[in-house]
Amino acid sequence: MIEVQNLSKNYGSREALRGISFSVEDGEILGFLGPNGAGKSTTMNIITGCITQTGGKALINGINILENPMEAKKSIGYLPEIPPVYPDMTVDEYLNFVYGLKKCKFPKNSHLEEIRTLVGIEDVRKRVIRNLSKGYKQRVGIAQALIGNPQTIVLDEPTVGLDPKQIIEIRSLIKKLGKNHTVILSSHILSEVQAVCDKIVVIDKGKLIAFDTAENLSRKLTGDRKLTVHIEGDCDKVENILKTVSGIDAFHVGRTVEGNVKEYELEARENCDIRRELFNKMAQNDCPILLMKGSELTLEEIFLKLTTGDFYGGNEQ
Amino acid sequence: MTAIIKREISSYFTSPLGYVFLAVFYGFSGLFLWMNCLSSGSADMSGVFVLMFFIVLVIIPVLTMRTFAEERRQNTDKLAFSSPVSLFGIVFGKFIAAFFVFFCAALVLLIYAIFIAAAVGNGGSEFVWPAFWGNFAGMLLIGAVFTALDVFISSLTDNQMIAALGSIGANIVICTFDIISGYISDENIKNVIDFLSVFGKFAEFTGGIFSLASVVFFLSLTGMFIFLATRVLERRRRA
Repeated sequence: MIEVQNLSKNYGSREALRGISFSVEDGEILGFLGPNGAGKSTTMNIITGCITQTGGKALINGINILENPMEAKKSIGYLPEIPPVYPDMTVDEYLNFVYGLKKCKFPKNSHLEEIRTLVGIEDVRKRVIRNLSKGYKQRVGIAQALIGNPQTIVLDEPTVGLDPKQIIEIRSLIKKLGKNHTVILSSHILSEVQAVCDKIVVIDKGKLIAFDTAENLSRKLTGDRKLTVHIEGDCDKVENILKTVSGIDAFHVGRTVEGNVKEYELEARENCDIRRELFNKMAQNDCPILLMKGSELTLEEIFLKLTTGDFYGGNEQ
Repeated sequence: MTAIIKREISSYFTSPLGYVFLAVFYGFSGLFLWMNCLSSGSADMSGVFVLMFFIVLVIIPVLTMRTFAEERRQNTDKLAFSSPVSLFGIVFGKFIAAFFVFFCAALVLLIYAIFIAAAVGNGGSEFVWPAFWGNFAGMLLIGAVFTALDVFISSLTDNQMIAALGSIGANIVICTFDIISGYISDENIKNVIDFLSVFGKFAEFTGGIFSLASVVFFLSLTGMFIFLATRVLERRRRA
């Protein structure tokens, strides 16, 4: 479990982090989202003890990384933005070195083999890291973070520079890891975070602008009030029926989907679930509903909304 | 820390660096041995040690230039920083590894001494072992000081060339106090400078004087530079 309380960091006069707080429970995958230069790497470097903060606290399993770094670092595996591999070592030499560096207690051969198999570098174990492709270097970097089976794994943009097949593999690996570890991963690729993370932290210019699950975030933003429906039937007839549905605040007719089917955007009144009434009325009038969905925002839209300040900055406060 | 020592030593010998260092040391010490002892038939190796002092001054920076500079450039310093190793452990591990390579190089002087002692013994006279041990200790101590100083300089930059040049400069500076003291008339300042003189203390060893004060002086300097290097790393963490 990781707790970050009011963390701030100044580089000279530049404020990289301005008091961010969040927490990750055991067995959760937290996505760290933000545009370039938002403070993602800075936060991760502080959590893992690579740099120190100007203010605030970072607790790893309740241990303050600043006060008791040796103890806290024992339960952290970290993959920085650039994998910290020595180009002149072979994969095996490197993993052996990290094994020693982390004062690992597991039986060496079986532990390392397990990790090599998990990240898929068994077939390059004898090769010099310099000659490996970017994707394999990245995997060696992830393998390094897993040595000693740390409870918390921090991955800074783990899929950058990989090809699509590797990205999918790494993502499924992260999901697998998330079952028994606490994982924090940063990314500016939104679909990635949406695909693997339980919770999302959005930061921009060193400030936390959202901390929630992906679904909650999009629900909060849309207020769960918009509905998209495809209805078959004469347009005027459908409009007349819609006017009789009590909970509808406003609606407008969208594109023609096929033949006699049109798309309608409905907006319900607050705290009003119109779905059942809508269904029944349409059914009574022989206007079948072919599709009904809440118009949830994609993460891209959430992200833009959040970072341009339309959400917490504009509407809510 | 042992992991760091092992990795550093193996990295010296998986690249040409360690071998080139040894070759240069062996080559020059062989040349100086021939000049001082073999050609003249003298059994006094002190001259070899004095000349080697100036070689060591230039080649130890080459050994240490990449210790931290390279790590910073490769981003591998983050690995050590996020592992359960203290900053002192990181610096000391790197210092020990570089010193070990230097020690391997210096051992050749012992081999020379054994051969000369055997040759002198055949001639019916005695090789002065105490003088040799004094010289040898002096060489190791000065090596430790230079190694620690140059590891410290390497921690200041992420450019190997600057680390190497800066280290050579720093080594020369701490050895030229003696020259400066010759130009100073004030007795008190002169005394202080003479006290700080590294080459002067090294010369005592080659002159056959084994002074405990000098040993303490060299070890303290070594400790101080290791400490300074850990402060540099700590400062970078806070920057």
